[in-house]
Amino acid sequence: MSADSPAAKALNCPKCGAPLTVRSFDHAVTIVCGSCGSILDAKDPALKILQEFEAKTRAVEPLIPLGTRGTMPDGPYEVIGLQQRTITVEGADYSWHEYLLFNPFKGFRYLTQYDGHWNDARPLRSLPAAVLGTRQRVSLDGVTYKHFQTAEARTTFVLGEFPWEVRVGEIALVSDYVAPPRLLSREATGNEATWSIGEYIPGRIVWEAFGLPGQPPRPVGVYANQPSPFRSLATTWRSFAVMAAVGLVLMIGMALSSLNAKVFERTYTFDARPQQAEREPSFVTDVFELKGHTSNVELTTRASVDNSWLVVNYALINQDTGQAYDFGREVSWYHGRDEDGDWSEGSSQDVAIIPSVPPGRYYLRVEPDTAPDRGAVRYNILVKRDVPRFLFYGVALLALAIPPAVATWRSLKFEHARWAEGGGAAPDIGSAA
Amino acid sequence: MSRPAGTCPNCGAPVQFRWSSSVQTVCTYCQSVLVRTDLDLRKVGTVADLPRDGSPIQIGTEGTYRHRSFTAIGRIIYEYDQGTWNEWHLVMRDGSNGWLSDAQAQYAVTFATPGRQMPAADAVRVNQHYEWDAVTYTVTTITDARYRGIEGELPFETWDRERARFADLRSQAANCATLDYSGADPVLYLGEMVDGDALQLKHLRTFAGWS
Repeated sequence: MSADSPAAKALNCPKCGAPLTVRSFDHAVTIVCGSCGSILDAKDPALKILQEFEAKTRAVEPLIPLGTRGTMPDGPYEVIGLQQRTITVEGADYSWHEYLLFNPFKGFRYLTQYDGHWNDARPLRSLPAAVLGTRQRVSLDGVTYKHFQTAEARTTFVLGEFPWEVRVGEIALVSDYVAPPRLLSREATGNEATWSIGEYIPGRIVWEAFGLPGQPPRPVGVYANQPSPFRSLATTWRSFAVMAAVGLVLMIGMALSSLNAKVFERTYTFDARPQQAEREPSFVTDVFELKGHTSNVELTTRASVDNSWLVVNYALINQDTGQAYDFGREVSWYHGRDEDGDWSEGSSQDVAIIPSVPPGRYYLRVEPDTAPDRGAVRYNILVKRDVPRFLFYGVALLALAIPPAVATWRSLKFEHARWAEGGGAAPDIGSAA
Repeated sequence: MSRPAGTCPNCGAPVQFRWSSSVQTVCTYCQSVLVRTDLDLRKVGTVADLPRDGSPIQIGTEGTYRHRSFTAIGRIIYEYDQGTWNEWHLVMRDGSNGWLSDAQAQYAVTFATPGRQMPAADAVRVNQHYEWDAVTYTVTTITDARYRGIEGELPFETWDRERARFADLRSQAANCATLDYSGADPVLYLGEMVDGDALQLKHLRTFAGWS
């Protein structure tokens, strides 16, 4: 039984003599000298030099210094390595950083950083399943991940130590599949592939976890698996649906409980020709009763207008209090035929709504007017009490629809920005059995 | 648990077995590899010093897998072109045995599962599918490894073995399978990838600066 207690080891670079610290005990397979960039064989007592890379890329400064210990959700981890990997898309290089994290009991995990976007990643224990009939989707634990990008990733800079062999210049085919906030990455070299699962985390969480000074770099753009701030779209629309349903019930209830009662109807004739003009055009109707509670009154004017007009000035007057509601209405209907065909404007009917009329005994004062040369106009006045009105509900429904509609639009914009970077051909990951 | 005792034919030190079916062990005093016969212990070789490795597990580490407690009583260190990994030989409380694989603290618990159809060593390929016990597995890696070191009690003799070929398979859940082609007949191990925390490991090694 070994009772030894390994400690971090201090070594010197065989090339430049700079001090090296081995932090992952005997897991280290490759160590990179931070001073001269020599890649060293950690399994060799003499630290044989495996590769020297001339690093104009040496300018890469880790955002989290190697040796920094931080608190991840499942315990403390130390940053022991940094790998910069680069893909080239349409002639442009895109680089991201992978920080290798180590805990002697929990093993290795990664923090990846691209343009201020961070992912907490670890090796995957189970194998994602190919989705039948498409390479664009894979599934894991019942979640479908959409292919985002497949590209050859070159290792362009390394620092620290790794439990596997690393070389600058080595290439792997990396495929990302997203189901925000998670991301599955497949790394293939030859015909073997390994999978990891990452979860998007805000930079400030990384800063807190590792006690880093200052502020994390601001994320640029939308990242592949960045969760949409509009994730609750379904909820928003659901609450809209609930409110719309409540509105509908209220509307039906009101329609059923409305009196919708005809309280007055009469037909009159009006002639504006000069020989009739000595007649006083204004008159009052019989008294009618408006029953029930304070509610609306609907007044419909139908007139035998035909390429003519009728204007009626009304006053609805309470016989007992003298309170009057004055309003003017126009009924006009013009029609004909021109080079575009038949045309028609207006109608022979007009409906006016007088809201909030208290109950009581009322009469109408009526003052018609029409063109003096059109002969007699017959018109009918119909008064109804407590008519169900749906316009308010329509307006309310539209108003309620604005927030979810705006959120939906912004969400679409966000997804558009996400997928602007993605797409393309996906690899064959082997068919699902 | 029976603990048949004996003495090392090389140095005379007492040798104890934690598992009654252990076939081979290593004398902790003189590093002799001892094989159990019906009568006594026979020295078949000597092990070199174990390579240093980073596994937090050691002989005597205890844990629990699916409500069955176990103790690590032996191990094999395999080396392949990307490094090394440990196969810890476990004795379960019910007297059966199993393996806890530790590859850079990625753990898997597996059990030898006899009586299943297996592909021949030269027929197995990455991305092939096999089904055992109603679970479909995909071959993910084929590894040619070397015996790099042994420690403690093992259920078979390893002293005459040098190389081993393994095919590792995964399922779409966390099931895993290993086809071991190191012996005369292939052996199938079935099990699952497990979270280290779920194993509730006790009596682990200590690492300076880590608790």
